[in-house]
Amino acid sequence: MGIITELAILVLAAFVGFEVISKVPNTLHTPLMSGTNAIHGIVILGGLLLMHESSGLLEHVLLVIAVMFGTINVIGGFLVTDRMLEMFKAKDPPKAEDEEQGA
Amino acid sequence: MIATVFLQTTNFIDAAYIVAFGLMIYGMTGLTGPRTAVRGNKIAATGMAIAVIATLLRKGEFHGSSTVWLIILGVAIGTAIGVPAARRVHMTAMPQMVALFNGVGGGAVALIAWVEFRHHFGADWPLRSEIFELFGAIVGSISFWGSNIAFGKLQGIIPGRPIKLPGAAQSILNLGLFLVTVAAAIVLCAGTHSQALFILGILVAAGILGNMVVLPIGGADMPVVISLLNAFTGLSAAATGVALSNPVMIVAGMIVGASGTILTNLMAKAMNRSVPAIVAGGFGGEVAAPVGAAGETGGTVRSTSAQDVAIQLSYARLVVIAPGYGMAVAQAQHAVRELERALEAKGVEVKYAIHPVAGRMPGHMNVLLAEADVPYDLLREMDDINPEFSRTDVVLVIGANDVTNPAAKNEPGSPIYGMPILEVDHAKAVIVLKRSMASGFAGIDNPLFYEEKTSMLFGDAKASVSEVTAEVQAL
Repeated sequence: MGIITELAILVLAAFVGFEVISKVPNTLHTPLMSGTNAIHGIVILGGLLLMHESSGLLEHVLLVIAVMFGTINVIGGFLVTDRMLEMFKAKDPPKAEDEEQGA
Repeated sequence: MIATVFLQTTNFIDAAYIVAFGLMIYGMTGLTGPRTAVRGNKIAATGMAIAVIATLLRKGEFHGSSTVWLIILGVAIGTAIGVPAARRVHMTAMPQMVALFNGVGGGAVALIAWVEFRHHFGADWPLRSEIFELFGAIVGSISFWGSNIAFGKLQGIIPGRPIKLPGAAQSILNLGLFLVTVAAAIVLCAGTHSQALFILGILVAAGILGNMVVLPIGGADMPVVISLLNAFTGLSAAATGVALSNPVMIVAGMIVGASGTILTNLMAKAMNRSVPAIVAGGFGGEVAAPVGAAGETGGTVRSTSAQDVAIQLSYARLVVIAPGYGMAVAQAQHAVRELERALEAKGVEVKYAIHPVAGRMPGHMNVLLAEADVPYDLLREMDDINPEFSRTDVVLVIGANDVTNPAAKNEPGSPIYGMPILEVDHAKAVIVLKRSMASGFAGIDNPLFYEEKTSMLFGDAKASVSEVTAEVQAL
């Protein structure tokens, strides 16, 4: 990939991000923050990609910690978001009715 | 054999990457509505899994067997720490858990940048990779240390009040640290022989900066800070993606960076705070003025008994419960639900008034009440319930303080002036359940407690509520 392509992806992704969050009820701020938090755990790919080209004890230790951090971020983030959202789910049907009545 | 070769082609892996970030974006759009959120989160997680698996399939990824074991080791330790933490954490402790998960993400970015520099620095590493990787290193390090401080403050390891140097010293120190970090980065890009030293110096300076920026911020503003650091980590992940030419990292990181920025603004708005004001320092410097007003009215607090409260509630037509973080800390949400049932059995109408920032994060209270099986149709958002307070017989304020403070409307000098509040002072009677007369999270006195129609029931929220419930049932 050339730098122009990469920057183009960067800019487009920024607009997608803005668009997605433009309208979120206060109620969902906490789970949403937690969910997006899990998504930036994508950094784990960096650790995986560098592992096979690294050498020496220091680099290996650093990368194992990086992969560990990334795993905590991804798995912990998605699990905790799921736990929170499952609680919302229980009271989901009345919410659906409310919205239909409102419309 | 053919299949294996096919799976390792760049075309297949790129295709898998596109599917992966497509799923993440689709999943995130689901997260914005209550009905689609659970599914959205799972879809995003699936996208993440595809991205990881595709990366592992890359040809040459598993050259030496040691690589495999190192990756397995990292993932295993991470899973062993992350899964129990996510499963066991109390819903009340959610803000600090998010801070911690965010911090380790930033830490991973910083470590990856360090290894990249050890590895590639010199001849064939393009300047652009260097610049983006340096950006990732600085922002990732700030995010890691800043998040740890945020965690410490919310967990109570570090005092929640603003900690800072007197006067302008803090701002000067922070500016100095920032300039040192950027200058070191420029020297690195310009080319120096001691790169190992410089990259370490940058990580350390950025780390200190992260500490110094978050320490002066008060506990009440912490959710906004966590959201901001969340956006930072996203940006640093995207920068690492550019340096490594990895499209899925660019997309996922940037989406979090962008959406996190918006979310930070939305949260700050719900709390009537501005992001620059929060980053510049907590309530600390502004508190001095309004204390006098509250002091004048102070001293005439009426305390009441569980029995009196029970009688007052049982003969009411409409009771509104205004829960706050104090209720959650006392784990009283189930007891409150019991009281609500007991009152309903007596024909009393009960509603819950939910302030947008009740709890410690926007939406936190909804999660906590959902945990106690409180039906959704009893919950009223602030704007819906405020007009109803004038026909409410009794408001039961449980562990809430700042969100009911009339000073936000009446005292222009108050640090929380302008913050939207639950107008409980419009009700015919107010009963406040409180542990003691200590002030709230923001450290501001509440004139509501001194009003004539207000009576206080002191004690642990859970014990008090259970006592009142027993009295109601006995009537």
